[in-house]
Parts: sequence; structure tokens; C-alpha cells
Amino acid sequence: MSSAENTNDGVAKFEVPDRGALGTIQHWLHVNPALVPLIVLLMSVLVFGLLLGSKFFSPFALTLILQQTAIVGIVGAAQSLVILTAGIDLSVGAIMVLSSVVMGQFTFRYGIPVEIAIVCGLLCGTFVGFLNGWLIAVMKLPPFIVTLGMWQIALATNFLYSANETIRSQVISTEAPLLQVFGEKFTIGADEAGRGGANFTIGVIFMVMLVVVLAYVLKQTAWGRHVYAVGDDPEAAELSGVNVKGTLISVYMLSGLICAFAGWALIGRIGSVSPTSGQLANIESITAVVIGGISLFGGRGSILGMLFGALIVGVFTLGLRLLGADAQWTYLLIGALIIGAVAVDQWIRKVSV
Amino acid sequence: MEPILKGRGLVKRYGKVTALDHCDFDLMPGEILAVIGDNGAGKSSLIKAVSGAVIPDEGEVFLEGKKIHFTSPIQAREAGIETVYQTLAMSPALSIADNMFMGRELRKPGFMGKWMRQLDRPEMERRARDKLTELGLMTIQNINQAVETLSGGQRQGVAVARAAAFGSKVIILDEPTAALGVKESRKVLELIQDVKSRGIPIILISHNMPHVFEVADRIHVHRLGKRLCVINPKDYTMSDAVAFMTGAKEAPTQTEAA
Ligand SMILES: Nc1ncnc2c1ncn2[C@@H]1O[C@H](COP(=O)(O)OP(=O)(O)OP(=O)(O)O)[C@@H](O)[C@H]1O
Ligand SMILES: [Mg+2]
Repeated sequence: MSSAENTNDGVAKFEVPDRGALGTIQHWLHVNPALVPLIVLLMSVLVFGLLLGSKFFSPFALTLILQQTAIVGIVGAAQSLVILTAGIDLSVGAIMVLSSVVMGQFTFRYGIPVEIAIVCGLLCGTFVGFLNGWLIAVMKLPPFIVTLGMWQIALATNFLYSANETIRSQVISTEAPLLQVFGEKFTIGADEAGRGGANFTIGVIFMVMLVVVLAYVLKQTAWGRHVYAVGDDPEAAELSGVNVKGTLISVYMLSGLICAFAGWALIGRIGSVSPTSGQLANIESITAVVIGGISLFGGRGSILGMLFGALIVGVFTLGLRLLGADAQWTYLLIGALIIGAVAVDQWIRKVSV
Repeated sequence: MEPILKGRGLVKRYGKVTALDHCDFDLMPGEILAVIGDNGAGKSSLIKAVSGAVIPDEGEVFLEGKKIHFTSPIQAREAGIETVYQTLAMSPALSIADNMFMGRELRKPGFMGKWMRQLDRPEMERRARDKLTELGLMTIQNINQAVETLSGGQRQGVAVARAAAFGSKVIILDEPTAALGVKESRKVLELIQDVKSRGIPIILISHNMPHVFEVADRIHVHRLGKRLCVINPKDYTMSDAVAFMTGAKEAPTQTEAA
């Protein structure tokens, strides 16, 4: 019997129940979890565009949002992977800063070639991620506690090792410009005086590519399916043949590596290597993930949603600033969005039970 | 004849509870062995101990005469032992096809599979659909629907289909008909006979005595964490079996029925 016949014969068929309009929407969102944040994103761009006109609705302003979102988006990709396994990574920001400090100090303190220093920084992030993963998967400690501890450890190491010293932007751009490569800009459609136009940085392009690659990996490879299975029900995953420990450790290592890349991108964004930067990255990345519709209980959601979530925050931040509103309004609205997103998540889940 | 799967002196303790108490176990080639016993007798613990899901505290397991020491279900699967656990072990948010191929996914041929590690979804879906249709077990709208949208019986059908599709040496079914209707139960019993006719032995745990007496070649009666006796369903009635199981009647002294 061919498969074409199978799809059409009576055995593999069942009448589609009538869900009603609301039920249909609910089902749709269940199948496409990134849809809610995408709609919210488009609507908020539209609303701010109407309120602010070309001040907001210009290539310059819109690409500025992308630039301001790049770091959160990269760290958010790492956070998404971890949260999909029903974990959480509070140490993302600390790993990011520590890695950037390693890249900077190795280059300037020891005179190591900048390429090698960067590789060392990336390895450092991966190693801290490995420690997280090992403690969680093998020692069976709760992710919240492990990464809360690792946050403090990595941050303290960062301050002790760097002796609280900033490496200035000027020095970097003359002696090791590769460290700032993520800040490299190119402009499309500026006027003759070089103003306006769409500005893209390497950091922005890296963020988008990272999310696209991870979306492919999560959807189209066995490893990606295992990440979801582990987050869904680790016991069932183990019994049905998934290497749960290996999957968890690899997720935290990859998260560490991505955070190290974020550290590199951070140097490009702020110009200098500063041990005090990026302090809010963990909260901001969790916010992007939650607004993006990824379930904190694991196993559900898409990484594209996280990107939309990060962009929503970026749109609100810039939009409200251009409106001249107090910055506290941004936080207030973001807070409401977080709670709204979780409420929608709960509603969508009802489709299953 | 040498048993294909053999356990000797298996012990498993959970804290103060002794789930397996120096338990012996034999599965002969090509047979259907039913395991019966009260709730909490340790039936699930026994099959978990021989399928790598738990590591016994004491005792030995032999597959085809060779001593084995599984530390994970993956190893048991690689050795050809396929198990449907009582809890079914499925990922609710993932699709039927994803679940059926969990841990042994098929990759696309050529560059996309080898270098991009891309899954061959059409092929996995085709095979999953064929298996389910062959079983005639289910009325499923879409092979890509999430397992959590299936009824309890449909889920059980998918789990049984997964085991039947991949088991090569031993298939273990822990209460495979518990949530099934009359018609679906029939299908599973037919499937069990069918697997047996392919020469693959089956361990069937069930509380349903008519089912057990219909298909089993031998019945392993489990009581208080160990094998009480093994009986031939032709020599005893269902009420005898229940009486042994509950301790209402003295077990026969010969432990190996013909
Ligand atoms: N993970 C566990 N943790 C603690 N105790 C357990 C665990 N699994 C089983 N037990 C205990 O071990 C004993 C045997 O349980 P088991 O599941 O093997 O029984 P069973 O014969 O399969 O029962 P049922 O017919 O209800 O499925 C029970 O007393 C149970 O409480
Ligand atoms: Mg049981």
C-alpha cells in the first residue's frame, strides 16, 4: 500500500471537529507559537508609526532598534535554548562580560594575538556553560540555584581578574580592531550629508543569522527534537531513548558559547571592554523569551518568538523615548506584556488538555 | 532450551520499599510470557530492571546466555529489547512521528542529512503512518498532530506501534490494553500474535485474565517482589491464577511448567 492511499483511506482519518472561531484561533496559536509576539510587534510598530510619523517610521529609527536589540537578542537565543529544556540561566550576563574581559585582557595584558584571545574568550564562555550543565545534569541540582551561584562566581571572577579596569575604546580600535568588529556599520540609503538611512551592524546580522540557524537546528535536527523532548518530560525522553544528560550539558555549553559571542558583540557595541557592563542581560533576555511566547515550563515555543519579543521591547523603548515619556512607562508596559504573554501561554495550553 | 532473557536474584529497593526481592525470571525464545500479580507486586520494577530503565541493586541479567549490564534504556534498545512502559514514555508536545522515531531519527540522504543533519520528515511520517494503518489501531487525523491531542487509547496504540516497529529480540508490553476499548484491545492481541509469528518473544504484563489466558504460552505469577510460580494456562483456570496471585491458594511446587 502506498502512503498516498494510506492518507486517504478510512483508517487514518477522523472527522475534523468544529472548533468555533475562538477555538480555531487557539488551535492556530498552539501550532504557531511565534504568532502572538509577531502580531504584537507589528501592531506596536504601527501604533508608534501613527503617533510619531516619520520620526519613528524611518529606516534610520527602525534599524536603530535592531542595533539596540542585538545584544539582548543574542543572549536571548542562549536563554531560549535553556528555557526550552525547562531550565533557566541566570548567569548569561555574567558569562558574557567575563568572556569579553578575557578577550580584552588576553590581548592587552599578555600581548596574545587578538584572534587567539578571542578564541580563548569563546572557550571560557563554553567552559562556564559546561560547569552549569554538569552540575544540573549530573549532580541533579536545580538550574535556578546553579546559575544563581554561577552568576555571582562569574561576575566576581570578572571583577577580580580585570581588577575593575576598563580597556578604552581608542586603544582597542588602534591596536586590536578585530575586537570591535561586531560594531562595524554599513549604511543603505543615507542622504548626501551621510545622515539617516538604514544602518546595519555586523552584530545585528549575527543576531538574525544566529536565530535563523538555531530555528533550523531546533526544528530539523534530531538534537533539536531532543531539546524539546527533554524540556517536555525528561523521564519520558530518557525511556524513549534520548540521552538526557548529554542533551542538557550540550545545551548549557552552547548557551555559554553564544553568551561569549554576545560578549564579543558587546565590545563592538560599547567600544570598550568594561567589567561593569551588561548587568541587566539576564533579566532582559528572560523578558524577551517570555514575551516571545516560550513556556518557562519547557518544551514549547519557538526561538523566532524570542526575537520578536526582544524587538517588541526595543520598539517600546525607542517609541516611548521619542514620545518624550518618562522611561518608567517603558518598564510599566513591559511588565504588563510579560504577564499578558504568560496568560496567553496558559490559554493556548488548554487546547491540549 | 536456554532462555533468551534471564534474570537471577534481582533486587531493587526504593528507600524502605523492596520492589524486587531476589527475583528470578525466564523468557524462552519465541514464546509469549504473561506476567501477572497484584498492584504493587513489582511487575513494572521487574521489566524495568531487565530493560535498563532502572539498575537493579543486586542480581544478574542475561540476554541469549550472555551477561548484560544495561545502564540506560538506550543500551537495551540497541540490544533489540523494545519496551512499552506503563507510563507510555511519550513527549506530549511533540508529534506522533517525532515520538515514534525519538532517539533513532532518520536523516535525509546526501548532503543535507550528512552535513546539515536534516531529518527526513517525509520518510519518518510515511513509515509512522504505515505502521499505524497496519495496526488498524487508530483513527488519527494527522500524523503531525501532537501526542497530547490524542485520547489515552490512541496514545497507547502509538506506543505499541513504536515497540512493534523496532523490537528485534524481545518486546515488553506493560499493560498495553489498559486504556483500550474492546475493538482496540483485539487489535493489540492480534498484533501480539503477529509479532510472535515473526519469532520474536513477548513479555505481556496485564491484569486482564481473559487476555492473558488467550495469548500466553506460560504465565509468570509475581507476588511480593518475586516469582511465585510459573504455570501453563492449559493446566489451570483463571480463578486458580487469581488465587495464587493473591495468596488465597498455595502455589504449585513445580515452578517450571512445560
Ligand atoms: N520510583 C519509585 N519510587 C519509590 N517507590 C517505587 C517506585 N517505583 C515503584 N515503587 C514501589 O515499588 C513497588 C512495586 O511497584 P511496581 O510499579 O513494580 O508494581 P506493579 O506490580 O507494576 O504494580 P501495578 O500493577 O500497579 O502496575 C510498589 O510498592 C511501589 O510503591
Ligand atoms: Mg506496573
